[in-house]
Amino acid sequence: MKSRWSRQTVRNAMNGYAFISPWLIGLLLFTIYPIIASLYYSFTRYDIVRPPRWVGLENYATLISQDLIFHRVMGNTIYLVAVGVPAGILVAYLLALLLNNEMRFRPVFRTVFFLPTLVPAVAAAEVWRWVLNSQWGLINAWIKSQGWQVIPFLSSQAWAKNTLILIHCWAQGTAMMVFLASLQDVPRALYDAAEVDGANQLQRFWYVTVPMTTPAMLFLVITHLIGMFQYFTMGWLLTAGGPNFSTEFFSIYLYRNAFEYFKMGYASALSWVLFLIIVTFTGITFRTSDRWVYYGGA
Amino acid sequence: MTESAARMAGEANKARRHAMVLHVITRSLLYVIVIVLSFVFALPLLWMLVTALKDDPDVFRLPPVWIPNPIRWANFPEALTIIPFGMHLLNTLKIAVPVVIGTLLSCSLVAYGFARIDFPGRGALFFLCLATMMIPFQVRMIPLYIQFRNLGWLNTYKPLIVPAFFGGAYPIFMLRQFFMTIPQELSDAARIDGCSELLIFLRIILPLAKPSLAVVGLFTFMGSWDNFIGPLIYLNDAKLYPISVALRGFQSEFWEKHLWQYMMAASATTIAPVIIIFYLAQRTLVEGITVTGIKG
Repeated sequence: MKSRWSRQTVRNAMNGYAFISPWLIGLLLFTIYPIIASLYYSFTRYDIVRPPRWVGLENYATLISQDLIFHRVMGNTIYLVAVGVPAGILVAYLLALLLNNEMRFRPVFRTVFFLPTLVPAVAAAEVWRWVLNSQWGLINAWIKSQGWQVIPFLSSQAWAKNTLILIHCWAQGTAMMVFLASLQDVPRALYDAAEVDGANQLQRFWYVTVPMTTPAMLFLVITHLIGMFQYFTMGWLLTAGGPNFSTEFFSIYLYRNAFEYFKMGYASALSWVLFLIIVTFTGITFRTSDRWVYYGGA
Repeated sequence: MTESAARMAGEANKARRHAMVLHVITRSLLYVIVIVLSFVFALPLLWMLVTALKDDPDVFRLPPVWIPNPIRWANFPEALTIIPFGMHLLNTLKIAVPVVIGTLLSCSLVAYGFARIDFPGRGALFFLCLATMMIPFQVRMIPLYIQFRNLGWLNTYKPLIVPAFFGGAYPIFMLRQFFMTIPQELSDAARIDGCSELLIFLRIILPLAKPSLAVVGLFTFMGSWDNFIGPLIYLNDAKLYPISVALRGFQSEFWEKHLWQYMMAASATTIAPVIIIFYLAQRTLVEGITVTGIKG
């Protein structure tokens, strides 16, 4: 009996590892090796042409104590995450709440709110560049017609970051769908019970809807945090770090160091700092999640 | 007695009427909000379409012209021939099609292993697979670039295509979730009949998983269509650029000459395939998003 059992285990092991072998090989070649190599490069000076030269902690010391642009970059990135993540999730939540009501043409509205997510970043960038244009753009044309001052959405330091966050909020279709599915999973009976207990609409929302959708919120907070710290494409396309480094975010600065200045060692050190920041924030979010995420439904 | 009953009835009536008025007000308010918001969200894309169909002087008219007169369809063929749009479109497909094939092949195999075979170490490895989603691409970017450079793969599509044949955390996760929902009895019955795991995978699971494979395939295709940083890093020759990177290069051609109608026509053409795919597969895609989104 025992030998039969172990034969089964061996067969399962062979089959299992055979099936997952493509991923295992990929993990070694395209994830584990690059991570180790990147850690090594981060302790070197490396311009690709000449072989890497070991410099110990110099890169890290430079970026912490000397690189003033990096300090600016950190500030920009923290602002983007601290404002952009809550703003995006709030927009998605409000849209989902709105669509959770019975109404005519709901699929049409849903599609309209979802559509921006589908638009490839390059095309979205060009469309926004045109809509936000300070001379002939739609929004500034209207502002001018009211006799107000034109808003330099992409060309002023005060506006550029916020403009990028607004565009981020425009494309929240996926998060909206996740919230919508979560809202529709809330059992009707809970609302009925709350109503019997005399809860008004606001109380039903606060004590039933919100707790029941916290698992979806946790998922979205984590994916948005990870995504926002890596924010690159739209910023690179629309402002490329400008004006005057006001939208120079972490990944943009990293890309510039690697592929414009060819400071591969320094860029690797940056990438490890980014990695550690992401792991820390994800960890904190998970750790605190038992205080605000409610799994009563599951 | 009757008087007080009548008063009560009257008050109940008044309360009911009051509730109905409130209901009508909240319903109307709801529609007003949804319609206004829809307009706000649709505005950039509507404006893109309107601009793409405008004659040159209309583009710069203030206040903005909402209905182009005349409607100039010629902007599309003109914009797409001034720049080699067809070539870039073909480049996009040359990348996206192999990427979709590679992803479906590798990820369905791996997902089957994780979902349907109980092998030692499965839990830990699957957790590792999910954990890799947290690793920013930027950490792998530089060594990968150097690795591909040493292989002589820069300026080819290989760095973009080959990794797809070795699985990806997100599609593996999605397919695993789908495979888990297929009743275990089907596999058990086949095993008793002496089927190997590979045969079960090919004959039983894959045919049942066609819809989920379609979802993953579509997501992968759209992701590849949109991928910007990969081609930006690995390709230097503008002739090799897929649309996602090339469109930005058209800026110098169009923006600086103030040919915004052409830029919008090119943008609309870039967006069209993705929207058509979404329209055709809306239900499956939405299910795909929500299934993997929270039911994990």
